[in-house]
Amino acid sequence: MHILYAILIGPFVTMAREPAFLIEVLIGGLLAGVMYSLVALGFVLIYKASGVFNYAQGTMVLFAALTFVGMLEAGLPVLLSLIAVIAVMIVLAFAVERVVLRPLVNQSEIILFMSTLGISYFLVGLGQILWGGDVHPLDIGIPSGPLTVHGILINQLDLYAAIVAGTLVVALALFFQKTRVGRALRAVADDHQAAMSVGIPLKQIWVVTWAIAGLVALAAGIMWGASLGVQFSLALVALKALPVLILGGFTSIPGAIVGGLIVGAAEKLGEVFWGPVIGSGVEDWFAYILALIFLLFRPQGLFGERIIERV
Amino acid sequence: MHPNGDVLLRVEGIALAFGGVKALADVSFDIRKGEIRAIIGPNGAGKSSMLNVINGFYRPHAGSITYKGRTARHMRPHQAAQAGIARTFQNIALFKGMTTLDNIMTGRLLKMRGNFLLDALHVGPARRDETAHRAVVEQIIDFLEIQAIRKVPVGRLPYGLQKRVELGRALAAEPDLLLLDEPMAGMNFEEKEDMSRFILDVNEEFGTTIALIEHDMGVVMDISSRIVVLDYGRKIADGTPDEVRRDQAVIDAYLGVAHDGGKGA
Amino acid sequence: MGSAPDGTSLGGLDTIPKLLLHHAKVRPSRPAMREKRLGIWRCWTWREVEGEVRRIASALSALGLERGDRLAVIGDNRPLLYWSMVAAQALGAVPVPLYRDAGAGEIADALACTEVRFVVAEDQEQVDKLIEIRERCPRLEQVLYADPRGLRTYRQPFLHKLVAAAGREPEPCARDADSFVAEIARSRGCEPAGIYFTSGTRGPPRAVVLSFDNVLATSRAVVAFEGLTEREDVLAYLPMAWIGDHMVSVGLAYCAGFCVNCPESPSTVMADLREVGPTCFFAPPRIWDSIRSTVTIRMEDAGALKRRLYGSFMRLAKRAGLRILDAEHVGPDDRLCYRLGERLVYGPLKNALGLSRVRLAYTSGEAISPGTFDFIRSLGINIKQIYGSTEGSLFVTVQSDREASAGTVGRPLPGVDLEIGEEGEVLFRGAGGFQEYCKDPAASLAAKAADGWIRSGDAGFIDGHGGLHIVDRAEEAGRLADGTSFAPMQIENRFRAVGPIREIVVFGRGRDYVAAFVTIDAGRVGNWAERRGLAYTNYRELAQRPEVLDLVRETIEAINRDLAQDAALAGAQVRRFLILQKEFDPDDGELTRTRKLRRRFIAEKYAALVDMLYADEMACEIDAPVAGKGGGITMLRTRFAIGEAKVLRTTQGGAEAMRQEVATPA
Repeated sequence: MHILYAILIGPFVTMAREPAFLIEVLIGGLLAGVMYSLVALGFVLIYKASGVFNYAQGTMVLFAALTFVGMLEAGLPVLLSLIAVIAVMIVLAFAVERVVLRPLVNQSEIILFMSTLGISYFLVGLGQILWGGDVHPLDIGIPSGPLTVHGILINQLDLYAAIVAGTLVVALALFFQKTRVGRALRAVADDHQAAMSVGIPLKQIWVVTWAIAGLVALAAGIMWGASLGVQFSLALVALKALPVLILGGFTSIPGAIVGGLIVGAAEKLGEVFWGPVIGSGVEDWFAYILALIFLLFRPQGLFGERIIERV
Repeated sequence: MHPNGDVLLRVEGIALAFGGVKALADVSFDIRKGEIRAIIGPNGAGKSSMLNVINGFYRPHAGSITYKGRTARHMRPHQAAQAGIARTFQNIALFKGMTTLDNIMTGRLLKMRGNFLLDALHVGPARRDETAHRAVVEQIIDFLEIQAIRKVPVGRLPYGLQKRVELGRALAAEPDLLLLDEPMAGMNFEEKEDMSRFILDVNEEFGTTIALIEHDMGVVMDISSRIVVLDYGRKIADGTPDEVRRDQAVIDAYLGVAHDGGKGA
Repeated sequence: MGSAPDGTSLGGLDTIPKLLLHHAKVRPSRPAMREKRLGIWRCWTWREVEGEVRRIASALSALGLERGDRLAVIGDNRPLLYWSMVAAQALGAVPVPLYRDAGAGEIADALACTEVRFVVAEDQEQVDKLIEIRERCPRLEQVLYADPRGLRTYRQPFLHKLVAAAGREPEPCARDADSFVAEIARSRGCEPAGIYFTSGTRGPPRAVVLSFDNVLATSRAVVAFEGLTEREDVLAYLPMAWIGDHMVSVGLAYCAGFCVNCPESPSTVMADLREVGPTCFFAPPRIWDSIRSTVTIRMEDAGALKRRLYGSFMRLAKRAGLRILDAEHVGPDDRLCYRLGERLVYGPLKNALGLSRVRLAYTSGEAISPGTFDFIRSLGINIKQIYGSTEGSLFVTVQSDREASAGTVGRPLPGVDLEIGEEGEVLFRGAGGFQEYCKDPAASLAAKAADGWIRSGDAGFIDGHGGLHIVDRAEEAGRLADGTSFAPMQIENRFRAVGPIREIVVFGRGRDYVAAFVTIDAGRVGNWAERRGLAYTNYRELAQRPEVLDLVRETIEAINRDLAQDAALAGAQVRRFLILQKEFDPDDGELTRTRKLRRRFIAEKYAALVDMLYADEMACEIDAPVAGKGGGITMLRTRFAIGEAKVLRTTQGGAEAMRQEVATPA
C-alpha cells in the first residue's frame, strides 16, 4: 500500500503543496524540451523531403558543435566561426547529395537508412581526427546563472536556448508555408515524381533540405554544447529525439515541436517528483515509456498523417 | 487539331533497356506544333517509357531528341519542364495533402521569380506576383469546372476529379507540349466524354500541342490528328487515324498474331 | 447621357426597365448584382447595370430585335442572362426564360409554342442544343451566346457573341442613350413582361404570359408586406425559368432595389451561400430537406461530445425555439438556455450553412414536411410558407411572421381574393392573375374566368382564422375502396425526408389500403450502412439490402403511429411499400424541372410494380428501369422485395372527420 501511495498519490501531494516549485520544474522541463524539438525537427525535415530516416542527425549535431568549438579554439571570433561552420554544413549537404543520395536514387528506404548509418560513422571519425576526442567546454557568452522571476528560478542558458530554438522553428514554418522554395519542398515531400514533372529540381531540393537540417543541427549543437560541454555523448541526444518523433509523428513539424515539449516536461517532472520513490535516473528512460504507450494507442503520433486503410 | 506543319519535337532512333529487357528499340517519330498526337499499342509496348524518355525521367541508351530545334540525348525532368513540357501520370501523381488550388499553384512554380528575402517576407513584388499567378490558376479552375473543389485536399477527391486536377496542374505551367499518360484510364463513360472535351478545348483554345497515350480506341480515333503505334518497343505504324485503322501490322498486333521468333501472345 | 428619367417623364414606374432607370438615378452606387467568377465576387452597381443593359439592348436592336418579338434565355443564373431579359423588355420584346437542363426536344417545343425569334444562350452546351433543333424551329433567327469557350470553330451565320465586357467598349453615344430611354418610355404596364413555363406536374408545361402589372403589383405588395429594403441580399440559384426565381431576382429586386448574387457554378451554391450570407433566402422544400439531411449526417459523424451537445440543444430548440420565434411565452430558464444554444449550436450551425443573416426565408413550390419546417424554424430561422402558382405571379397567400406553421399556407396577400369553389377547389383573384396561356385560348378560358377568378387546380379549405390549407391537387384527392378519404400529397409530406426516406409516392385511390414507392436518401443511408459495415457499391445495391428495407419499415411504422393520432389521416397509414432502385429524375420524366413529383406519370411508368403492391407476394422479379452505366436508363431483370408495415387500427371517427372537412368527389 505504501508503495502504491508513494507512486500514485504522493508526488501529486508534493506538487500541490509547492506550486512554485512545480512551475519551476515544469518550466525547466519545457525549456529542455525545446532543445529536443530542435533535434527532432532536423529528422522531420529530412524525412519529409527525401523519405530518409536520417540516423546521422545526432552526429551532425556533434560534428557541428565540434567544428564550432574547434574554430573558436583556433582563435576565430564567434561570428566568423559561426559563418564558417554554416559554410561547412552547407558543403556537407552538397557532399551528401552528390556522394550518397544521387547514386542511391530510387533505392529502398532501408538502404538509404543504412547509408545514413555510414554517414554517421564517417562524421564521428572525421570529427575525432580533426578535433580530437576530448570534452571541449563551450562558452558563447551567455550568462549561465539562474534568473529569478516572481520567485521562480529559471536557468538563463535554457531560456536563451529556448528563444533561439523558438525563433528558428517560427522561421522554418514561415519558410515552408510562404515561400516558393518552401512550396517546392512541400511538393517534394508529398510526391517526388510529380514534383519533378512540374520542374522542381529534386537534387537541389535535397541539398537545401540537408543544409537546413545541418543548420538546425548546428543550433542544437551549440546550445547543448554550451550547457553540457561539447563531447561525443552529444550524438546520443539524437536518441532522445526518437520518442519525440513517435509522439509527434515523423512527418509533422508542429508534432516535433509539441512532442519535444511534452517529453522535456514529462521527464523533468518524473525525475523530480517520482525519482525519490522509484530511484533516480527516471529522466533517462521515462521518454521511452511514454513513446511505448503512444505506439500502442496512437501509432501515427499526435499530428502524423493518419493511416487509413480503405477497401 | 490544326497542325501548322512545324515540327516541335522529333525523336530519332531511341533505344532504352532495363537490365536485359528492351523497352524501346530504334523508335523515331515527330510531333508537329498544334496537333494531338496519340501513342498507342498493346500493354507493355513501351508507350509510357516513350513519354518518360521525352520528359527526361528515363535516359535513352541510344538516339536523340530534338525539341524546339535543339538536339540532345537527354534532358533532366526539370529542364524539360523549364523548356515547356508538362505531363500527367498514368497513376495520378498529385500532392495528396495539398488542396486543389495549391496543387495547381505548384504548376506555376517555374513561372515564379525568386527573390528569397522578399519572397520570405511575402511583400512587395512577390505578393503581386502571387496574385497574378493566382489569377492564372483561377482561369484554369474555371476552364476545368472544378470551382467546387478549390479548397478540398486532393486526397479526398474521387478518381475522375483527381485526373482533372492533375491536368490543371500541367496546364498551369502554360506548356508548349503536354504529355498525357492515359488521361482516361479507369473513368466511366461520362467522365471520358468530359475529359475528351477538355483535351480538345485545351488544344483549340490555347493551341497547346498534345501527345497522349490512351487505350480507349474510340477516343483516340476521335480526337487525335496522328497516331504512332508501338508494339514490343518498336514502331509498327504511324499516320492518321484512318491510315492506322487499316494498317495490317496494327490489326495483327491488337489481335495478337504471333510475332517473328514466336514471342507473340 | 440622356435626359434624366424619372417616374413622371416615363409615365409612372410601371415596367421593369423604367425601374432600372429609376434605381440608376436614385441609388446609382448601391450594389445591384454580384457574380462570383474566377474565385472573386464581382459587383455591379445600379448605374453599371443600366450601362450593361443598354449595351445589350443596342446589340439586340442591331441584330433586328423588335417590339413584340420574343427572346428566350437559357443557362445558369448569370448576370448577363438577367440583363438580356431586361434589355429585351427595354426594347418592347418579351423575354422567355427556359430551363437550362431541358433536352433539345423540350426546348424545341417551348420555342415553337412561344414563337421565339432570338435566343440568348449561356454556353456551348446550350448552343449545341439550339443548333440541333434549328431546323424544327423556323421562327428562330438569331442565337447569342455569353461564354465563347469551345465555340471558336462554330461557323453558323446565326451565332453571335453577346458582348458585355464592362468598360471595354466605348459608352454608346448620347443619341443611343436617348433612344434607349425613349424605347423604355413607350412600354406600358399592361404589356407582357415575360412568358414563364409552369412546371407541369399534371401534363406538359404551359406557357404563362404575365404583364408588368402582374409582376410589379405582386412584388410591391410583397415588399410592403415583408418590409424589404435596398439592403437585402439574395442568392439567385434557382432555375431562371421558374417563376419563383424571376419574382425574387427580378420582381422583388427591382421593386426594392436590392442586390442579387449569382453563384459561381451550380456545384458551388452551398459554398457561395456561406460567402454571400443572404438576408432573404428562397427555397423549395427539397432544398430545406437536404439542408436538414446534411446537418443530420454531419452530426452523426461528429464526436460523442458534439453529438450530445447537438442532441440536447436541438431538443430545447424544438421546445422553445419555435415559441420564441412566434413571440409566445417561454420560461426564463428555457430562454436563457436557448440563448446559450444560439452561441454554442444554432449560431455556428446557421453560420456554416450561410443562413446566419437570413431574416426572411420562404418555402414554396409544394408542401414542406412538418419535420423539416419545424427543424428550420427551431434554429431561429424565420421560414414561412407561401402558396401560389405561375398563373398567380407566385404569391397568392403568405404567412405572416408570427403565424408560420407547416399546416396552413397563410392568408391571402393584400389585394388578393380567395374563395373555395365547387368540389373544394381553391380559386383566387388579384393583381397577379396571369393574362393568358400562350397560343391556347381554350385552356386560358378554362383556367381564368372573365371576371378574373383563376382556378388553381388545388383542393383546399380555409380555416377559422382565414388561413388557407391545401389538401392536394384537386384531381388527385380521392377515396380508398372503403370510403376513407385519401389525399396523397398530405400523406407523402409526413414521410418525405424522414430518416432514410428521401421521396415517397403513395397509391390508394379506389384500393383497399395505402401502398407506397420509396426512394432512399443515399447520403444518409450510405452513411448508416458504412457505420454498420454493410457493403454496397451503388445506389441500386444499397436499395436492395434487406437491412435497408427493415430500416425503412421501422421509419414507416413510426410515422404510421403518428398518423393514427391524426383523425384526418388515420385511415391512410402505409401498409405495403417497396424501395425503387433508382432515384427519381427529371430527365426520366418522373420529376418536373423544378423537381416536383409527377405522380400520374410514375403510376403509369411503374404500373407493374403498383400491381405488385396490391398482390399477395412478398417479392417478385420484373423488368424494371435502373440507372445504366452511361448515365441513362436500362431495363434490367430486377428483384423487388415488398415491405409490410404495421398499421394501427383506426377509429371510425377519424375517417368521418376527414370526410366532413374536405368535400372531394368520391
